[in-house]
Amino acid sequence: MSGKVLMKGNEALAEAAIRNGCIHFFGYPITPQTELAEYMAKRLPKVGGLCLQAESEIAAINMVLGAAASGVRAMTSSSSPGISLKSEGISYMVGSDLPCLICNVQRGGPGLGGIQPSQQDYYQATKANGHGDLHLFVVAPASVQEMVTLVGRAFDVADTYRTPAMILADGALGQMMEPVDFDTALAGKREVPEKTWATCGHEGKRKKNIINSLFINPDELEKSVLEREERYKLIEKNEVLWEEYLVDDADIVIVSYGISARICKSAIEMARAEGIKVGMIRPITLWPYPKAALAKAANTASKFLVVELNMGQMVDDVKVAIDCRRPVSFFGRTGGMLPTADDVLAEIRKLNGGKQ
Amino acid sequence: MVVFDRPKSLSPVPFHYCPGCTHGIVHRLVAEAIDALGIEGKTIGIAPVGCSVFAYNYFECDMIEAAHGRAPAVATGVKRTHPDNIVFTYQGDGDLAAIGTAETVHASARGENITIIFINNAIYGMTGGQMAPTSLPGQVTTTSPYGRDVNIQGNPIHICEMLSTLDGVAYAERVAVNNPKNVLKAKKAIQKAFQNQIDKKGLSIVEVVSTCPTNWGMTPAEALKWVDEKMIPFYPLGVYKDVDAKGDAQ
Repeated sequence: MSGKVLMKGNEALAEAAIRNGCIHFFGYPITPQTELAEYMAKRLPKVGGLCLQAESEIAAINMVLGAAASGVRAMTSSSSPGISLKSEGISYMVGSDLPCLICNVQRGGPGLGGIQPSQQDYYQATKANGHGDLHLFVVAPASVQEMVTLVGRAFDVADTYRTPAMILADGALGQMMEPVDFDTALAGKREVPEKTWATCGHEGKRKKNIINSLFINPDELEKSVLEREERYKLIEKNEVLWEEYLVDDADIVIVSYGISARICKSAIEMARAEGIKVGMIRPITLWPYPKAALAKAANTASKFLVVELNMGQMVDDVKVAIDCRRPVSFFGRTGGMLPTADDVLAEIRKLNGGKQ
Repeated sequence: MVVFDRPKSLSPVPFHYCPGCTHGIVHRLVAEAIDALGIEGKTIGIAPVGCSVFAYNYFECDMIEAAHGRAPAVATGVKRTHPDNIVFTYQGDGDLAAIGTAETVHASARGENITIIFINNAIYGMTGGQMAPTSLPGQVTTTSPYGRDVNIQGNPIHICEMLSTLDGVAYAERVAVNNPKNVLKAKKAIQKAFQNQIDKKGLSIVEVVSTCPTNWGMTPAEALKWVDEKMIPFYPLGVYKDVDAKGDAQ
């Protein structure tokens, strides 16, 4: 595959993972991510890899834990209800300092919810995808091409800082087909540390390795959490990604990610044609959050508008980033409903103090 | 001449187990099997959640501490990425037969080429004596204070019998470690369970009927007697499946 090919987001993500050296995939069927597992099932045996369908999401993430512990790049993918099930294993992987990639092709919730695209798992992904003091490196692609470019970044960050990484996509990105160039899949690839900690048999050549998240003495547990916190600080310092679109002269700054940011871009073009000075900051990493970019924008913009496919889960992050110096409004649809560019345009006009 | 020594694969640290608990014996048997087969350098052990949660401190091979019940899934991830390594799980009854039943059954059905050491002492030890999936009918525990009533709390699970119905299982044997004769039989079974893995035969499980004097409210000697009189009649010892044998025993 060289040059551009037309592919579904789910499949493109799978192919990009393979190209980044991930040939161990463990999953469980759930709409709307199933094409990813199906693609893996078809491709991996041909490249000497393994795609294993587990008996549950819980088993799948624990198989990932075992594979990651033994030193290989491993991943799982699911959609919202399945990610809830994986939360236990995710917390154990954080506690055991194991790198891996988890993909959430979000659907509507709560509960069984629906199968249409949503961004209702923002809180879960960025605040508490499991128990304990934990973060995941969370990236939110906004196109099929970006699904591809972010996979390599996610694996590299995971391996560098020994942390699980998550691609927070949604049903629209997973299902839609767009032209994609796989030459970018390995762009920006970096050297990652050797996994000397892996449990792959010591062969009498080193001391035994232990992969473990249990520290029964509180002082030892605190020490381990603090050590991880240092790595989190480095991630916040080094790994923040965002895109700015027409922010410099913007009076209104939209903050939106993933598929909603695509809709917002169209709305911004329409608003600009009407002479409204509106721009957008699109967080690409949702954790770490692009706080500095937002704080800078608050120096010049007078209003912020958060657009998400949920009931406003990112609003607080924006308020904190700009220290509540500017009013922050919210517009979103939820449960699998998508706003149109016209809907967003109407919100922009409202904020502009004008007619709708 | 040395007639008794610590197995090389057993770490030189004191066990944390209660007096009369048989975990120590089983740990030793596992270490002896690893030594006998000369596989310490390529073995990866998976510790459970339960009294043997610290098993990662007691074996000299690479070790992983799994979430409660998930050891067979973790073992699957390790074994599938390193098929030539030797992978074993060490799990108690709550871990393997309650919260991790799905992982146990499906690893067995898939015929994962791993070794499972299953400690059945009919009680939750670490949390202080609650009813286990293998607690006997009528057994008093802190969560069955009037005795396990099967009409209310359900029936105990016979793991070896259940798993022996699955095609992926190569070997299932129930042993006990309540007297020297049984210990020797258990040693043989555990070694065979590892040898099977070397020979790539599929999943091998050895269920070890064990004691918990502390939470049974007995002296160590009384506990061994209880194994003889109550546990073994309910959980008969023997080979439930062996792909090497002509027709399965029992």
